[in-house]
Amino acid sequence: MAAQGRIVWVSGPAVKADGMSDAKMYETVTVGNSKLVGEVIRLTGDVAFIQVYESTSGLKPGEPVIGTGNPLSVLLGPGIIGQLYDGIQRPLRELSKASGSFIGRGITTTAVDMTKKYHFVPTISNGDVVHPGFVLGTVQETDLIEHSIMVPPDHPGGVISNLVSEGDYDLETVLATVEKDGQSLPLKMYHKWPVRKPRPYNKRYDPTVPLLTGQRVIDTFFPIAKGGTGSIPGAFGTGKTVTLHQIAKWADSQVVVYIGCGERGNEMTEVLVEFPHLKDPRSGKPLMDRTVLVANTSNMPVAAREASIYTGVTIAEYYRDMGKDVVLVADSTSRWAESLREMSGRLEEMPAEEGYPSYLASRLAEFYERAGRVKATGSPDRDGSVTLIGAVSPSGGDFTEPVTTHTMRFIKTFWALDAKLAYSRHYPSINWMNSYSGYLADIAKWWSENISEDWFKIRSETYGILQREDTLKEIVRLLGPEALPDEEKLILEVARMVKIALLQQNSFDDVDTYCSPEKQFKLMKLCVDFYNKGQQALKEGASLSDIRELGVVSSLLKARMDVKDDEMPKLDQLDKDMQEQFKSISGVKVSN
Amino acid sequence: MTTEGGVQYSKIAEIKGPLVVVDDVENAAFDELVEIETTEGERRLGKVLEVGNGKAIVQVFEGTTGLSISGTKAKFVGKVMEMPVSKEVLGRVFDGLGKPKDGLPDPIADKFVDINGEPMNPEQREYPKDFIQTGVSVIDGLMTLVRGQKLPIFSGSGMSHNLLAAQIARQASVVGTSDDFAVVFAAIGVQYSEAEYFRRSLEESGALKRSVLFLNTADDPAIERIITPRVALTVAEYLAFDLGMHVLVVITDMTNYAEALREISAAREEVPGRKGYPGYLYTDLSTLYERAGKLNGRKGSVTQVPILSMPSDDITHPIPDLTGYITEGQIVVGRDLFRQGVYPPINILMSLSRLMKDGIGEGSTRADHSEVSNQVYDAYSRAQEVRALAGIVGKAGLTEIDLKYLEVGDTFEKEFLTQATDENRTIEETLTLMWKIVSKLPKNEITKIKDKYVEQYYKEE
Repeated sequence: MAAQGRIVWVSGPAVKADGMSDAKMYETVTVGNSKLVGEVIRLTGDVAFIQVYESTSGLKPGEPVIGTGNPLSVLLGPGIIGQLYDGIQRPLRELSKASGSFIGRGITTTAVDMTKKYHFVPTISNGDVVHPGFVLGTVQETDLIEHSIMVPPDHPGGVISNLVSEGDYDLETVLATVEKDGQSLPLKMYHKWPVRKPRPYNKRYDPTVPLLTGQRVIDTFFPIAKGGTGSIPGAFGTGKTVTLHQIAKWADSQVVVYIGCGERGNEMTEVLVEFPHLKDPRSGKPLMDRTVLVANTSNMPVAAREASIYTGVTIAEYYRDMGKDVVLVADSTSRWAESLREMSGRLEEMPAEEGYPSYLASRLAEFYERAGRVKATGSPDRDGSVTLIGAVSPSGGDFTEPVTTHTMRFIKTFWALDAKLAYSRHYPSINWMNSYSGYLADIAKWWSENISEDWFKIRSETYGILQREDTLKEIVRLLGPEALPDEEKLILEVARMVKIALLQQNSFDDVDTYCSPEKQFKLMKLCVDFYNKGQQALKEGASLSDIRELGVVSSLLKARMDVKDDEMPKLDQLDKDMQEQFKSISGVKVSN
Repeated sequence: MTTEGGVQYSKIAEIKGPLVVVDDVENAAFDELVEIETTEGERRLGKVLEVGNGKAIVQVFEGTTGLSISGTKAKFVGKVMEMPVSKEVLGRVFDGLGKPKDGLPDPIADKFVDINGEPMNPEQREYPKDFIQTGVSVIDGLMTLVRGQKLPIFSGSGMSHNLLAAQIARQASVVGTSDDFAVVFAAIGVQYSEAEYFRRSLEESGALKRSVLFLNTADDPAIERIITPRVALTVAEYLAFDLGMHVLVVITDMTNYAEALREISAAREEVPGRKGYPGYLYTDLSTLYERAGKLNGRKGSVTQVPILSMPSDDITHPIPDLTGYITEGQIVVGRDLFRQGVYPPINILMSLSRLMKDGIGEGSTRADHSEVSNQVYDAYSRAQEVRALAGIVGKAGLTEIDLKYLEVGDTFEKEFLTQATDENRTIEETLTLMWKIVSKLPKNEITKIKDKYVEQYYKEE
């Protein structure tokens, strides 16, 4: 029996309705004469407290509130890829058909085109016994995505009958029925799943495979594993969004879910305009063929920010269950936290730090725990992963504020963006002293097996140079660079080289925007070799300015932009030139 | 008792700060417009902030001074607040609520528009990429403005942000087009002289007839400031998306807006966020800033240059901080440069235009623009480091290359940054000056520019 009540109170996105004793917590309801979508977040007697996902302007006490009986759910089936959804999975393209350039209210649409036909290829037969998670067959959703049609996780399972043969079917076609205990249950290409409930899996693996993003400072210095969690906090103007866009573009995953939660409208437009024209470096297909966008921009209703996060992660889990590696990027989790704060304030709950509700930490923990590399339920065996990357927008750039500090407890890779680096146009402005990765040891094996056995050693040496520079900088600040001996000045020189040639990356440069693992390693090794050769040359009597003026220096600094991924011999040549040039200067002084 | 279009209530239960609590309310809607009539017959406007259980909390724009519990009547108008718009608003001056202030009658309305606007559908936005030449080198060269962008000026009290905003409003043009453009200016709680400076500047350049002014000066009611930017943006959207004009909106000073918001929040006894500002300050600001943009299939655009003064020049203060998270970059006015008498005193290292990358390059400015601008940023940043070092160890402790960077810093500030308030430089002139700065460096210091451009433009002196 669906609840039917009346509005008694309205304030911004919060509405109270009475006569709601039949309502359940987190049930979706339609609010008012214009049928706005809302969700029950508290029940007191017969009064329900409802957060409304659309603008409540003009809503009056006395208007009806009707329960749907269902929790907030998303529709999962082919047609999701390439869409731009709002926070409650309404396609924004459909909304614009109904209300034009601006977002209207109370519009109902379906999440995907239910009439579109897909070519279904069954992989089981009549008489097979299926359980939740079993794959019935596949459809080709886009050029890049083979979409598995699975028995829903909450389905009782049973014996397959009436299975259709290979052919083109739309989403509402019954593909098969499942007989169990005398009942006959239909299976279609889609099912619904409540967003607040994590989808089940069979078992979890340790994340040991790196998620390659083509960004040197991430892959080489602070890597994230497939199925891992990462956070990218930074003040405004430090390049959070550009870095997240780079990950969404170049990460070696099969599906990318990009959530714009309370951020700029133009940023979503940028993705929409740009991604169809960008090619996936591995398959050569447009990036949009693997991307789902969820947009609840800052001026869209605040309550739907929370929904956008859950909608996104549920879609990500769905593709994970097909055995795909999925990356979910949420920009920004701070805006979600703020919407929790706003609703909590209107509920008159006792606030914790800075007005945030006391359950902020547990909500963040629940979200990040939905990451993981797993074996999916059902047959055939499928391993998939969801990697969660959340941006944090700390107020005033202060990392001690609640959202940043709580997030740090639940993630393993931390990319600290630094306003000082951004001011000096060092991009990505990931601070190499404050960032960390908990996956380094786990994924070192992948690098040594696939790229070079020396990877871990060379990386440590490179990082060592940066650490020594950090200490020396203090002395330079007090006494000037001339106070240092030449060996230490060389450290400063090479650290500068590492920063320019390796850590900095120009995402707007055609070549530099993506860097293959091979190139990353070679560039890093060139810097370390330069350092070792330089120290050797100093010992043999060369001067620092001899080293500084070697022709190879400027080639090395520009190699990231000049050498394409398929031109690795050029870097080998650079290596040879370096050896030659060092020989020439070492010789000079010794003979003097 | 009922009257046309609404119900009249005479019972006011409580008056506190800018708020009035009305009792025995039966048919009021959230956000609805309210007319309040004092015992003397004066009419004021307000809107419903909260309604339910027979009560409505109403925010009074003109303030509650002089209102009494017994004699005051509130009338719910039955609609949200609307602004009458038409082409006739051009050349007019309005007050902070959108009523004529120039002694002329109300413009004949083409239509009435909800001042709160509706969020643009991101799917329907057109990505902004048309370069606007402001004629100010530092902006055009290093933090390029594009049509449909929101690029605020972060300043501090007493600095020359108004000169700069007026110069942008006078000079802004898109090279090679002759589309209609208009300026919408909203003064929020600024001194009369500042608003007047702006008006005169538009008048002298002949731009006043293409402008609409909304003036809420420092002595006008504080709560009206919540409305001023909204009516201004409503008119801007109409000019842009109904009439196809390219509209530049200058709003000054957003800090006064945020303070009015804080006043209401405090009166409602809400749990405050940072520094007493409400937790929804970010969301509220976004409903203003996000009204900049371009739409698919429509000719016009709304470009916003809001000005805000940072309390104690602190960029981490909630107002500039939350603004920076919403806007597409920021132009930061620096106290040090201002003290040295530099105009425009822009601190380039803290400034940024996020949409620059798409507005520049071949076809709009020049192919080398992006790279030469990166190099200038890099060089000036190094120059600042060297200056700090020189302050400690003296010039004698610097290397030869460090001294070069000192020279670069001086050339940058004296020849490139410094500009007269009526000096309108073309983008070519700006780029030439940028190469002049870069050319002070030896070639092996140029790490951000491709060799082909270095060969073409680098000129050793």
